[in-house]
Amino acid sequence: MRPELAPFERHGLSDGQLAAMLRTMLLQRTLESRGFQLNRQGKIPFASASEGHEAVQAGAAMAFRRGHDILVPYYRDLGLALGIGLTAYDVLLSLFARAADRSGGRQFPHHYAARALGLQTISSLIAAQTCHAVGAAYAVKLRREAGRAVLTTFGDGATSEGEWHEAVNFAAVAELPVVFLCENNEWAISTPLSKQMGQPDVYKRAAGYGIPGAVVDGFDPIASYAAVAEAMERARSGGGPTLLEAKCYRFLSHTTDDDDRTYRTREEVAERRKDDPVPKFERFLIARGVLTLTDIEDLKSSVLAETNEATDRAEAMPYPPPAAAFENLYEGPWEPWQ
Amino acid sequence: MAVSASSKVMNNVETVRETLYEAMKNDDRTVILGEDVGDRGNVFLITKDFVKEFGPERVIDTPIAEASIVGIAVGMAMEGLRPIAEIQFADFIYPAFNQIVGEAAKTRYRSNGEYTCPLVIRTPYGGGVRGALSHSVSIEALFYHVPGLKIVAPAFPADVKGLLNAAIDDPDPVLFLEHKKTYRLIKGEVPGGHYTIPLGKADVKKAGTQLTVVSYGLYVHWALEAANQLETEGISVEVVDLRSIRPMDRGTILESVRKTRKLLIVHEDNKFGGVGAEISAMVAEEALFDLDAPIRRHCAPDVPAMGYALPLEEEYMSSPGEMAEAMREMARF
Amino acid sequence: MAKTEITQVRNSLERQGLSDDQLKAIFRNMLLQRQLDNRGFQLNRQGKVPFALGSEGHEALQSGAAMAFERGKDLLAPYYRDLGLALGIGLTPYEIMLSIFARAADHNGGRQFPNHYSSKKAGLISFSSILAAHIPHAVGAAFAMQYRKESGRAVLVTCGDGTTSEGEWHESMNFAAVHKLPLVMLVENNLWAISTPLSRQMGQPDIYKRAEGYGIPGEQFDGFDPIASYGAVKRALDRARGGGGPTLLEGVCYRFLAHSTDDNDMTYRTRDEVTAHRKDDPLPRFERVLLELGILGPPEIDAMRKEVLRETNEATDRAEAMPFPAASELYTNLYEGAWEPWQ
Repeated sequence: MRPELAPFERHGLSDGQLAAMLRTMLLQRTLESRGFQLNRQGKIPFASASEGHEAVQAGAAMAFRRGHDILVPYYRDLGLALGIGLTAYDVLLSLFARAADRSGGRQFPHHYAARALGLQTISSLIAAQTCHAVGAAYAVKLRREAGRAVLTTFGDGATSEGEWHEAVNFAAVAELPVVFLCENNEWAISTPLSKQMGQPDVYKRAAGYGIPGAVVDGFDPIASYAAVAEAMERARSGGGPTLLEAKCYRFLSHTTDDDDRTYRTREEVAERRKDDPVPKFERFLIARGVLTLTDIEDLKSSVLAETNEATDRAEAMPYPPPAAAFENLYEGPWEPWQ
Repeated sequence: MAVSASSKVMNNVETVRETLYEAMKNDDRTVILGEDVGDRGNVFLITKDFVKEFGPERVIDTPIAEASIVGIAVGMAMEGLRPIAEIQFADFIYPAFNQIVGEAAKTRYRSNGEYTCPLVIRTPYGGGVRGALSHSVSIEALFYHVPGLKIVAPAFPADVKGLLNAAIDDPDPVLFLEHKKTYRLIKGEVPGGHYTIPLGKADVKKAGTQLTVVSYGLYVHWALEAANQLETEGISVEVVDLRSIRPMDRGTILESVRKTRKLLIVHEDNKFGGVGAEISAMVAEEALFDLDAPIRRHCAPDVPAMGYALPLEEEYMSSPGEMAEAMREMARF
Repeated sequence: MAKTEITQVRNSLERQGLSDDQLKAIFRNMLLQRQLDNRGFQLNRQGKVPFALGSEGHEALQSGAAMAFERGKDLLAPYYRDLGLALGIGLTPYEIMLSIFARAADHNGGRQFPNHYSSKKAGLISFSSILAAHIPHAVGAAFAMQYRKESGRAVLVTCGDGTTSEGEWHESMNFAAVHKLPLVMLVENNLWAISTPLSRQMGQPDIYKRAEGYGIPGEQFDGFDPIASYGAVKRALDRARGGGGPTLLEGVCYRFLAHSTDDNDMTYRTRDEVTAHRKDDPLPRFERVLLELGILGPPEIDAMRKEVLRETNEATDRAEAMPFPAASELYTNLYEGAWEPWQ
């Protein structure tokens, strides 16, 4: 028998949804570590990191309506991808660049695309995807597809790009169903926010575009869910775009090729680790009686088993054959000389 | 606006306009977006009154932001629309370079076919119109290097219609180049009804036996004028209009060169690294021993564009007279 | 009106520290700008020049801003609708006409479109027709000033409302804000980007409100009032010169003419709209102010008009008589020295 739930603002989230959010966060972190481990073992050339983004992503994913909405993410969105339906196996195929990967092993890890999930293809080019999200939102609006919206995400560094500005401005003018979610982790590789912008709050740019802006604690999955759900609902019902900013932190280096000790102190990272959203949410759910310690241990075991199984299965899959390099440039076979 | 079912004489502006109109009429997935395409109806009046008939949702006046004009069109194309993006002048396309080269051209490839980018980017290019340094450039060489793009540069109204229709129908991104000096200058018979001309097919505009001239855009017309002059001098010149720059028609070029045994390439874009360089290399690789003379390229000098003052523009641009002289030299060889 | 009363009125004018002579100079500059602007259009209609651009409606904003520019110190990075600014910081009507006629003696040797001036001597940076491309250059110039610790200097960069939609505009504002550069971004909001009204250019109508998002001061002023323009630009330039960082200014004006001689604005806006704005035409408005305050009398204004016309006529005749650049000039100044792509 569970104890009586201590009251808290759950924004309509059921126990099952709260547990699902924690599971996504745990799975994200385990897969993330797996990527770094595989790289250190020399099994894969590269992995990128999203530790510290688990809460905002799990919350945002819970606000995404599968089968309706479109997600245009960036390369640090492992948790969002998992949260909208990508599997651990899909992620490992991407890390191992196997033939069965959705891009056929062409793209860097974490550059997923899955049309069936509404997950749009992206490149590594910062902010380029925000324009595509706006185009997708335009299509949704033009076809009067009510109840549908586009969620696009990016880091704080992306807000300095011209394409970001152009995308937000156009969405504002055309009042498009799109939510711009900035995962502000304070670091653009080695560039701190203070060298990225003249004031520290991305959401304050919203007023200059004439759209609503809001800031949320990106270490709090419930608050993140609530903010994204509200903005998505506004977009779906014709209320136009929103600029959201979730304040989080990047605990690891940018990628396996980066060494963050060259530009920030261990003390800074350790200080921020004290707020690590994953144990924090575990403690929260236990304190509120949503889950027990045993439940959480079970979740962790199941997540690890899933990750191990996905790793073994993906690793055993073949690479794409060299001939695959020549497929899918244009429709059908091609030759520059006809 | 009525689209005629039977053939009629039109200039290139009218042909682009009528072809776009037909596309808008026939497929409600089609949208046009760009600067001043709405109430103004494009700076050359190509989309005049479209907004009245199709509404501002489908004829979109964008903010002045070229990267997003193409980028938003990429997103539209990925989600099932058939956008026709306009860059007001080719000289303004550079901010969109990333979205064209890095995004549109790679969409299908990077998703291994799961997402595609059926997108047309139209833009007026070329000089001879007192456009100075920022309203007269040729941009084809900057883009024809890029796998994943297709590039078309027709010269005649009938080709404009068939190739624009093909570009709009095409499942992949097409850069559609319209030479602005030919817009009102060039008129021609345009067949009625819907038809397409396959991308990648050149067209022999004048048959000849002693020299092959390959060109595209405005210079095809000037090359024809020069070739007709040479005909009166007893020199028979074959003029090949490339029409498509990527893919390019190897068969037609080789067939012509093997017949005439001499090749002159003429284009308005700079010579160094221009389209002619690729054609020269291909012919050298495939047909060197069929040639009776070295391949020659008659192209723009190595300066960024033409200056505003008339003598600077005239110095940059070739002319039928200069082309005729280059042809005579080749014939004499 | 009694003399004391006039003095009271004159004192009550918020003249932002401008002397009578400076107010007169501003007015003269406005008259000259309009005269030269019209001359460009006339020459085009006469078939003597292929192209001209209109800046009518921007006179007050530009003449006021130019008065705040410190010659010999500040730099100006303008756009192609800044005839009045160029005149106000020292370009001559003859130089303007050389540009319109694309003559060899033009600053850029007849290479560029009209109104694309540059003059190193005047502190006027070369720019192209590509919207917003010059704004990063202005930021770079301001960075150089800061780097060399040249206090007392600043960069004034201008653009139209449409240009604020460009990515390069945003990137520039952001960088200037991060580095607190000595820069003033002056947006001449004339409500039209060729045929696109402000409402289709941005989601809210106040450009200066973007300043907060960059963490810099923003201010809006009446672009039909040259004194307000002077005041706003002066304050912002002083702040920049003194190490206080960049400012985003927005002067609200109106474009009375078509975008250029190649444009017909009646395809996208009504005559009534233009007429309504004409009622506030900054030239007669400022003229009335100066008359009422007794700073200028009708005869002086008449004389000024005649002088400005004579100056324009003279500059036109002199420039028209000058030669075009030689064809060989096409090949100069691409790189330093002679060049050939194949070495």
